[in-house]
Order: sequence, then C-alpha cells, then structure tokens
Amino acid sequence: MGHENEILKKITAFFASKPGIIFVGAFIGVMAAVLQHEGNPGNMGFCIACFQRDIAGALGLHSAAPVQYIRPEIPGIVLGAFIAALIFGEYKARAGSAPMIRFVLGFFAMIGALVFLGCPWRALLRLAGGDLNAILGLAGLASGIFIGTLFIRRGFNLGRSRKTYPVVGLVIPVFMLGLLIFLIWDPTYYDAALGEDVTFIRTSTIGPGAMAAPIALSLGIGLAVGFFAQRSRFCTVAGIRDSILIRDYHLLLGVIALVIAAFAANLVLDQFSVGFEGQPVAHDDHLWNYMGMVLSGLAFVLAGGCPGRNLVLSGEGNTDSGIFVVGMLAGAAFSHNFRLASSPTGTGDWGPQAVILGLIICIIIGLTMRDKS
Amino acid sequence: MTERIDARGLSCPTPIFKTQEKLWAMKNGVLEVLVDDGTAKQNVARTAEREGWDVEITDMGDGEYLLTLTKKVE
Repeated sequence: MGHENEILKKITAFFASKPGIIFVGAFIGVMAAVLQHEGNPGNMGFCIACFQRDIAGALGLHSAAPVQYIRPEIPGIVLGAFIAALIFGEYKARAGSAPMIRFVLGFFAMIGALVFLGCPWRALLRLAGGDLNAILGLAGLASGIFIGTLFIRRGFNLGRSRKTYPVVGLVIPVFMLGLLIFLIWDPTYYDAALGEDVTFIRTSTIGPGAMAAPIALSLGIGLAVGFFAQRSRFCTVAGIRDSILIRDYHLLLGVIALVIAAFAANLVLDQFSVGFEGQPVAHDDHLWNYMGMVLSGLAFVLAGGCPGRNLVLSGEGNTDSGIFVVGMLAGAAFSHNFRLASSPTGTGDWGPQAVILGLIICIIIGLTMRDKS
Repeated sequence: MTERIDARGLSCPTPIFKTQEKLWAMKNGVLEVLVDDGTAKQNVARTAEREGWDVEITDMGDGEYLLTLTKKVE
C-alpha cells in the first residue's frame, strides 16, 4: 500500500514538473497528427468545439448533415480524466458557482469558435499544419484572453462552488459513457412512415462528420489525453492567461510543445501545407477569424479555462465546468440551426452579428460580477 | 503578522491571482492560503516558490489544504 502511494506520488510529481507539461503538450500534438492521418478531418486531430458540434448533430440538436458524428475523443477525454481523478483521489463533486452564467459563457464560446472554425487546440494544430489563418485566430484568442485578464484584475469572480453529493458529479461522465455506448451499439428502430429501419443516432455520410479515425484509436487516444491532461492541469487558455496575468510560463511550455510536436509529426506524415487559401475546414476571412476567437478567448477566461480543460474538470466532478460543456453543446446547435457557423466559403449569414452580441454579453458579465473586497 | 486567503471553491485563476497580489503587496512575512483542490494547491505552491517564498503544505482532510507561505525580511 505504501509502495503504491510512492508510485502515485512520483507520477503526480512528474506531471506537475516542466518535463511533465512538455510531455503532455507534445503527446497531444503528436496524437492529433496521428488521428488526422488515420481519418480525422484536416488539421483536426483534436477540436473540442468542432467535435462537440458533431456530437450535437449526431443527437439531432442540429440538422447540418455534414457534421453529425459522436466523436469518441470527447467521451475519451472526460472518462480518462474521471479515471485519473478517481485513482489519485481528486474526484470531488462540486457545484454552485453561477451555473447559469457558465452556460451562457459556454454558449458564446462555442459560437465564437465556430465562426473561426476551431477551439484553441485546433487553432494550434492548424498553425502546426501550415494554415496561416490560425495566426489571426491565435491573435484573437490572445486578445480575448487579455481582455479577460483586465476583468480578473478588477475582481471578476463567478463565486464559490461548494462540495456536493458525489452522484451530482457523475452526470457528465455517465452522459459521456452513454454517448460511447450509443456510438458503438448504433441502435435502430422501425419507422412506419418511411417503411424501414432508422438509426437513433445520426451519422454523416458526407463532409467532415464522415471523416473519422477508427473508434478504438480515437477513444484510446482520448482516454490517454484526458488522463494526462487531468494530472498535468494542461490548459491552452491558462498558458496564455497566466503569462499575461502573473508572468507564470509553466502552462505556456505545454502549449509551445504541442505546436512544435504537431508540426514535426505533420512533416513526417506529409500533412503540412502552408498558406491562407484552400486550407482544410477553414476560411480566410481574416477579420472574423480574429473576432470569433476574441469572443471565445474572453468567454474561456471568464469561465476558467479552455474547452479541453473544462471537459477534464467535468470528468473530475466539477459540475460548473459540466454546465459550461452543456452550454457549448447548445451553442453548437444554435450555430447550425440559425446559420451562425462558418464554412470553408466564409462566415455564416449571422455569425458576425452573433459574435458582436456575444462580446457585449461577456463584457456585461465581466463588468457586473465583481468581488469588491 | 499572518495574513490569510480563503480560496476554497474559487475557480482558476482566482486562487493564484489573489495569492500573487498578496505576495507582491506583503513582500515578506507569513501568508496562509486555504484551498480545496489539487490544481489550486499546485498552482499556489508554484506561484509562491517562483516569488522566492518557502511553502509548507498541511493536509486538512476532506480535500482541503493549508499552504503556509513564508519569507523572512532580507
């Protein structure tokens, strides 16, 4: 028993160290390149926003046919984090920190991400794949994060969360397990009107939703990433935020490692192609690539972390992060139902307006939720 | 004089931000920071060590930790 504790302590110490965070960033970067090579869409080995959007489509929350698929990476990350939290005694069900506001932040973070066509992980991977539009996205992300730090300096605070019943924290992990079961089982029912068997879950036959690595590979890598990200506290937004706010560059090392490792892997796998035009699942509207990510960056900082980090926290039992994840799913549904999401031809009909609305709302949240003490 | 921050239940980055601000304001002395999650514990410890403070962590049970940050007058 004592020996097991020693091993757990050594693992904890490794992931808290500089080599540890660099390992995790590099692991994500390389595995993303592998997932792309094995079938995921271009420069999309991982995209928490796009993948949650695909899951929303699979569940019928939107009906955009090219983007419907239960991406195993998402449940993988949550369950990998859940397993890590259990093993290391860090599972703690907590709730109560302005959940309604966190839902709104997740909602608009997703809208911003779908205007740019990527979450921070994908922005980094797009850069590592040669997509120069990612420069605008990353500049927007950094700008939004900077604005968020101004609110934090003024005392912005969503309020304390409290420990709650353990079952409360199980909702998101169990939901994710349910998604996996439905993905693998893919049940059907007889539709009398159509006169044939129909699947419950929608799966694209065209477009990015039809491009996917094998389920076992996606799930396995997702589980590993979730486990490592939980141990190391990997967070792309915190990497930029803490560098600005308190001159702590620890998490930024992980971000840099991700880009360098993905870039190297892309060269090896012949997946690197430099330019602005014709990049996979991307557009070159520079203004809205920038502005979409300003909105996302601001929303992520106000909510405490990037979407990958919020997935991990929801696996640890943090239901405030869980609500943020649910908000992202809702935002994805709205984005496609109301033509907010971009496509390779450019922004959606109402994407820019939704970004402006989202920025106004996030600024109001930042200004009014303040701990004056 | 010992100062104290109760950072329990506060989301990232509030625990480290409050700690950093307090350490900069105090310059030396004893600062106690109460946290209730492993991430905050690691982040606060790293922040304090980066600023040259000694860190002692006490497990208070029930997932709570008291970090005692100390820096002597130079």
